[in-house]
Amino acid sequence: MTNGIKKERVLPGFGPTLGYTVFYLSLIVLIPLSALVIKTTGLTWRAFLAAVASPQVVASYRVTFGSAFIAAMINAVFGTLTAWVLVRYEFPCKRLIDALVDLPFALPTAVTGITLATVYSENGWMGSLLEPLGIKVAYTPLGIIVAMTTIGLPFVVRTLQPVIEAIEAETEEASACLGANRLQTFYRVLLPVMMPSILTGFALAFARAVGEYGSVIFIAGNMPMVSEITSLLIVTKLEQFDYSGATAIALVMLTASFAMLLAINMLQRWSRKYAQ
Amino acid sequence: MTNSQYKRRENLTEPVPVQWILAILAILFLGLFLFLPLAAVFSQALAKGFGPYFEALGNPDALAAIRLTLITAAVSVPLNLVFGLAAAWAITKFDFRGKNLLVTMIDLPFSVSPVISGLIFVLIFGLQGWMGPWLNEHSFKIVFAVPGIILATIFVTFPFVARELIPLMEAQGREEEEAALVLGASGLQTFFRVTLPGIREGLVYGVILCNARAMGEFGAVSVVSGHIRGLTNTLPLHVEILYNEYDFTAAFAVASLLAMLALATLAVKSLTQWKRARRPSIEFEEALVR
Repeated sequence: MTNGIKKERVLPGFGPTLGYTVFYLSLIVLIPLSALVIKTTGLTWRAFLAAVASPQVVASYRVTFGSAFIAAMINAVFGTLTAWVLVRYEFPCKRLIDALVDLPFALPTAVTGITLATVYSENGWMGSLLEPLGIKVAYTPLGIIVAMTTIGLPFVVRTLQPVIEAIEAETEEASACLGANRLQTFYRVLLPVMMPSILTGFALAFARAVGEYGSVIFIAGNMPMVSEITSLLIVTKLEQFDYSGATAIALVMLTASFAMLLAINMLQRWSRKYAQ
Repeated sequence: MTNSQYKRRENLTEPVPVQWILAILAILFLGLFLFLPLAAVFSQALAKGFGPYFEALGNPDALAAIRLTLITAAVSVPLNLVFGLAAAWAITKFDFRGKNLLVTMIDLPFSVSPVISGLIFVLIFGLQGWMGPWLNEHSFKIVFAVPGIILATIFVTFPFVARELIPLMEAQGREEEEAALVLGASGLQTFFRVTLPGIREGLVYGVILCNARAMGEFGAVSVVSGHIRGLTNTLPLHVEILYNEYDFTAAFAVASLLAMLALATLAVKSLTQWKRARRPSIEFEEALVR
């Protein structure tokens, strides 16, 4: 429809496919999500604040966002390392290891949860090694970080791998020819190219960890004020039939995840611009 | 090689010992968070041998959970497949206003936390919800029953197929379909003979990912299920119940089924990617013609 000339649509099926898309999207996603917003508007301002800012709820935000941040940081560092090693080096079983990086996407979160809790509990494989050192992972806030690191693991690796693959040998050669040593080349040349993708992966892992439920609740211990995540609090309120309380907290979390979605979109646009 | 060449080579990659240290660190990281838990699933499941393992899987409640999980996936995956095809066709083959907004909205369920994905259906169909009183009058149950489980599953797996197909069909362009139509093919013929062959692998990939999530979803389903043994328990919920009852062997036996599903999903995914990488791309063929 450019230049005021109406372009003839040659391909058939525009009406039915778009119509069905919008209908199905509204039915499954938009109407149910709007229920959450409309239900909250039924609350008075004071009731809403009481629900979303009580000490227990605020403590759960701190646990959730704090753990998610640390887990995403761990993933940013080790995910970058893993992506680099998988692209640049050759070693036995590399393809198998590469394929298994996606495991947290495919493995149901409940399964991840119970196995992590078992492996990191006092008499589990890892827990029994850490116990003599005085480190307790399962049923402590540390356990939450372990679970959130696991489920966020593929994000940084998968966003970074194609970027490292696309780095042309010439850039590194030029840097080396101009007298930079390997470390300087890494910090001054490679890292700036990789940074937008590392940040995108970080944001994706963070957003996923904030909403995570299944893998965390088994290992967290779920002590109010200490190791209780917000998602669990929503479920607890629902089980006590405190629908309005659950809905109010859910709206706060939904707003947070939409803000993160927006930030991720901007990051991705930035990294695409950087790549050109 | 002369000395200077050696030196340059050295500056182009990390020294060999550093390479080893980095590789070992990366594998340790993956081992700690991925391989060890994966191995633990099977080791715990078989801790008491094959007898208790198969006994746990043959338990009537476990069989009921398997059945419900299969039904849920059998309803939600085809529905999202049809939607994915329709959405990808409308979005990639035509230009219209608001297209970017539509694409963003299709991705929404991915950024909604699983618990909230379940909650929204409780708000609509629950007793205190919009349609709750009406449903109750007609003694029709959605939440805390099978329909609610299926609805929540459709919601969380909503974007998988569409999101896989849209970039593929965008890259395909429209010329081939337009040519087929001009040459007298019908719309459906064009789709099955021209469009489909090019997107087959992406379609398979989207469907298996959708299926893995449909069978493995925990948070959303847990909120709407009601946890009635033998009736509204899917496999992941059954794992939770067994685990909370300290029946670890049975919990991990059922979990091992889900782990095998995950491994099979990854295997199919790697195979399709491997096939795609081996087939010369269209750009490559065009370059050869030139």
